[in-house]
Amino acid sequence: MADHVFKPETLAIHAGQIPDTQTGARALPIYQTTSFVFDSADHAASLFNLQTFGNVYSRLSNPTVAALEERVAALEDGRAAVACSSGMAAEALALTTLLQAGDHVVAAGALYGGTVTMLAVNLRKFGIETSFVDARDPQAFAAAMRPNTRAVFAESLGNPSLVVLDIAAVAEVAHAHGVPLIVDNTVPSPFLCNPLALGADIVVHSATKYLAGHGTTLGGIVVESGRFPWDNGRFPGMTEPSPGYHGVKFHETFGDFGFTMRCRMEGLRVFGAALAPTSAWQILQGVETLPLRMERHGANALAVARYLRDDPRVSFVHYPGLPDHPQHALLRRQMRGASGLLSFGVQGGIERGIRFIESAQFMSHLVNIGDTRTLISHPASTTHRQLDEAQQRAAGVLPQTIRISVGLEHVDDILWDIDQALAAASRA
Amino acid sequence: MDVDIAGLRRILQSCRTIAVVGLSAEWHRPSHFAAKYLQAHGYRIVPVNPRYDEILGERCYPRLEDIPAKVDMVDVFRRSADLPPIARSAVAIGASCLWQQLGVTSDEADRIAREAGLDSVMDRCVKIEHARLFGGLNWVGVNTRVISARRQV
Repeated sequence: MADHVFKPETLAIHAGQIPDTQTGARALPIYQTTSFVFDSADHAASLFNLQTFGNVYSRLSNPTVAALEERVAALEDGRAAVACSSGMAAEALALTTLLQAGDHVVAAGALYGGTVTMLAVNLRKFGIETSFVDARDPQAFAAAMRPNTRAVFAESLGNPSLVVLDIAAVAEVAHAHGVPLIVDNTVPSPFLCNPLALGADIVVHSATKYLAGHGTTLGGIVVESGRFPWDNGRFPGMTEPSPGYHGVKFHETFGDFGFTMRCRMEGLRVFGAALAPTSAWQILQGVETLPLRMERHGANALAVARYLRDDPRVSFVHYPGLPDHPQHALLRRQMRGASGLLSFGVQGGIERGIRFIESAQFMSHLVNIGDTRTLISHPASTTHRQLDEAQQRAAGVLPQTIRISVGLEHVDDILWDIDQALAAASRA
Repeated sequence: MDVDIAGLRRILQSCRTIAVVGLSAEWHRPSHFAAKYLQAHGYRIVPVNPRYDEILGERCYPRLEDIPAKVDMVDVFRRSADLPPIARSAVAIGASCLWQQLGVTSDEADRIAREAGLDSVMDRCVKIEHARLFGGLNWVGVNTRVISARRQV
């Protein structure tokens, strides 16, 4: 007999949380505790040896955080997940668990600015080198592979380039070289896109964005598919005894969730970017309504994209949900929708763009995305400011690019604010 | 054929004595992890391995046929090719379940067990499945696929 397969709308509400064993509490309790008692010295030893499952210290695991981990693992149809303190922490956790000095990464150029900096500056400092390639061209990924390449990294939907990654094709390139494809799936959220189903091996999220959806709480998460063959000879850290955790062989001992356990027992334990239980709880309140919200974010964003495309005051619009976008067919093949993010330029140059941002009435000028509120920003001077102009262009950021994270206000009101801000910007 | 959640729950609740074939005395081996976990969760473990006299405080037997007590489940940590005779032994000693561990997949052993009326589970870890269905695995972020409005008892 096969088990019933639940749909995302149901998983978003139920996965990872059954009523509390002790109290029967239906909603998720917040286990606001740093530590958990041992029943005996032998129980403590078993827990530290990972011979029995249980909680020791909230830097490693916490039941409230675990509910979020399992829920996102379920929504991504992954095997397991580990949460951490922000989206950047999630990327750092996945990459530093996987890589060591001397390794090489092939990454899309069209990435969030902080990620470009992590790869090009911070990881480089530790002897990990990254080649950046055109995210639209799977062959460019293949051409950049080296004998010491150990990971391929890209965003499923680029922020703010809105470049669509051909996940299946790039996964094939990575697998031909025996390395995993890591996909940042923050912009579509697991409701619109499941990279693991298309061949990716690890997914990372900034849970701060659509997963939480309310702009109140930072969080990140790493999800593994459970299908990558870690014993292919290229990842001794997965198959050899761990010097960082008294000789445990993570692949042999934990099988298809060995990478997640290694992230937890090596990465979280040592680097310490754990997620607070209250933060996990707040993010989970958002996750319950993720499917409903993503439908509305997408519908509003499409209306905004159409409006901007047809407006003579606008020089360009990037939104892959528009049928004439060059990657629209690829998007349709891989995703349920195009999310709530789009970028555009105001006719007449950068000064008018900045005047647009400063003229908005309720659209908020800030650098988050995925909030209930409509958010606007100028990436070249904010999120991608640390990048040089070539890196900015590779990331899909032109000097005049304006990013909008379309919120859940009524679409007529959003269009009204855009219209009046464009009118103000276009007055000479 | 895969066993569903209800089937796995029934097997793990009805089997109380588990013969662990190929159990290692080395603390860091997966078989030792699993057996120690099962002991801690109320199961009686009977080690089966000709190399040892005693593991985890239990007398170790060279073969399944040497065990004097009634065995409910035969849990096997051996190469798939070694499985068919072990399956026949499991049938001969009256076990009710043959469990092939993660990575162990003998279709012939599966057939032998099923034809004799035993439950048969393949390519799964008994510890991981227990923790998945009765609590523990959810604490380390694993997708247990358990969706329920009833508390675990």
